[in-house]
Amino acid sequence: MSGPAEPKKYKNPVLNWIEFRLPIISYFEREYGDYPMPKNCNYFWSFGALATIILVVMIVSGIFLAMNYTPHTDMAFDSVERIMRDVNYGWLLRYIHSNGAAFFFIVIYIHILRGMYYGSYKYPRELNWILGVFIYLLMMATSFLGYTLPWGQMSYWGATVITNLFSAIPIIGEGLKTWLLGDYTVGNATLNRFFALHYVLPFVIFGVVALHVAAVHVHGSNNPAGIDIKSKGDTVTFFPYMLFKDALAVCAFGVLISAVIFFGPNLMAEVDNYIPADPLVTPAHIVPNWYLAPFYAILRAVPDKLGGVLLMFGAIAILFFLPWLDRSKVRSCNYRPMYKWFMMLFFVNFFILGYVGLKPAEGLYLLIARLGLIYYFGFFLIITPFINWIEKPKTLPASISDIYLGMNK
Amino acid sequence: MKIFILFFLLFFYTSNLFAAESSTKSLPQHEWSFEGITGTFDRGALQRGYQVYSEVCSGCHSMKLLYYRDLIDIGFSEDQVKAIASEFTVIDGPNDEGEMFERDARPADRFVSPYLNDNEARANNNGAYPPDLSVITKAKKDGANYIYNLLLGYKDPPADMEVGEGMYYNIYMAGNQIAMPQPIYDESVDYADGTNNSAEQLAEDLVVFLTWAAEPELEVRKNLGIKVILFFIILGFIIFLAKNRLWREVH
Repeated sequence: MSGPAEPKKYKNPVLNWIEFRLPIISYFEREYGDYPMPKNCNYFWSFGALATIILVVMIVSGIFLAMNYTPHTDMAFDSVERIMRDVNYGWLLRYIHSNGAAFFFIVIYIHILRGMYYGSYKYPRELNWILGVFIYLLMMATSFLGYTLPWGQMSYWGATVITNLFSAIPIIGEGLKTWLLGDYTVGNATLNRFFALHYVLPFVIFGVVALHVAAVHVHGSNNPAGIDIKSKGDTVTFFPYMLFKDALAVCAFGVLISAVIFFGPNLMAEVDNYIPADPLVTPAHIVPNWYLAPFYAILRAVPDKLGGVLLMFGAIAILFFLPWLDRSKVRSCNYRPMYKWFMMLFFVNFFILGYVGLKPAEGLYLLIARLGLIYYFGFFLIITPFINWIEKPKTLPASISDIYLGMNK
Repeated sequence: MKIFILFFLLFFYTSNLFAAESSTKSLPQHEWSFEGITGTFDRGALQRGYQVYSEVCSGCHSMKLLYYRDLIDIGFSEDQVKAIASEFTVIDGPNDEGEMFERDARPADRFVSPYLNDNEARANNNGAYPPDLSVITKAKKDGANYIYNLLLGYKDPPADMEVGEGMYYNIYMAGNQIAMPQPIYDESVDYADGTNNSAEQLAEDLVVFLTWAAEPELEVRKNLGIKVILFFIILGFIIFLAKNRLWREVH
């Protein structure tokens, strides 16, 4: 920043008045109006916008739910049912919120996989990637806390299993667990603090998202070819080109999520969560939400409790180092004939891990989880750093406009 | 790139398999009027189902989440609901003298439970707790079909099976032993409207009632859903045309 620049002039005197004191009008014009996007971006680039919209919907629906929710072990379950039955359109709010969480993760997973496939994490967008992984971590924490609030059987037992993980830490483990729970077991104190944290964390996410978006706007968005913008002809402005494209994506997404909210609102829910929490009755299978299942599979694949916890957190932590593990200069997997297939296999593997994470940890499922675990870490620690020794990337196009020249011939 | 999209289609396809595979045992599927995108409840079946609940189930099973006023939704008049509620007694108070007192239930009261507390319920049922039925069809996988089959699933145990003390053989119960004796037989409830009262019909009406109890918003929800989806499709189509027009010059 080089001191106050000459303020932009607008026809509207109110805008001028604001702009002179706080150049926010020109900021929005620059970042969301004239902002250049590579013109070859496909619909995978709409998932960032989708995720932002879902975040806002989640916060708004969550605030209205909180107005009617009671965070007390004796009343939580009934207060949620009261929302479903007696609050005007309470069922809609709750189904939007619960299915919105699941769709938030679907969208975020596609957003992350897009970033990995097209190498969006590489120079100069490393910090952007790190902020993104941080958002993902916060989302997992928030969804876990939120899952506890309806105080059904899965809420209670899920919270018990997850908080028990902390007791695996040597020496301080038990004390840390008690400190987190506010009690020796999951109880009223736990429910109260989980509610408080579940309310505040989305606003933290919102802040990190603002940084995430600001950071990507510094060097501009990546694109399917993974090459830098060379000239103005390579780009389109955000308004109206990208806005209309994103709006179309939002409508398509709206159809999908509405189909679930209105016609199968409990498809992605565990039936046991409609049974009030009972500390004396353990459900046959304690399963996490499906979107956390891959990490749950990793946890259970290790016979040692501490080892499992370390590998589970390691599986997330390793994402932070991806920009430095990948030594190739080529961003997009479209131009990396070998890595592309390992990347695809990584996606499939992640999905399989999620699948076995929802199954009992025994027999074949345990074996698959272990193989999946080996590939997960093998991908990051062996394949990603060393593949460019043997891989010959394809020739990159000279510029984004050149791609279209080739296509029109 | 095409492979990439294919992968995601595969991803969504297989994630559907999830739900299919996680149900433990294949239940015979019954046809329900509330299924499908335009599903509704049959008012007659709902009222008959309430009759089955009150004459058969309510001896042991509570429905704590429902109010008597909710019965107006299934076609009872306000006076009928007042009459239904007044058959039950609730403990209210304290009054001006500081005493608790009994009074007739009103439409604004919750369904009166058969037992004062969980312990009394267990003590009267060989230690087995009769679950609350308010959201039972949502608390079981494929709930409506599960309850329907369970009610009709009482059979003679196979010769090589020992059924425990105070337990009954049921082919749809996990482990095939259930603490609840067979609740519904042919003609165990007499319908005032002359509807056939076979065990199948009684079970069907009851399940319709229980499904309504668990999802009273179902009809409004499906109705609104069609409108919301149509809104997104129409808006999406307009945006699609605008977007194509806009991007034509770019490529």
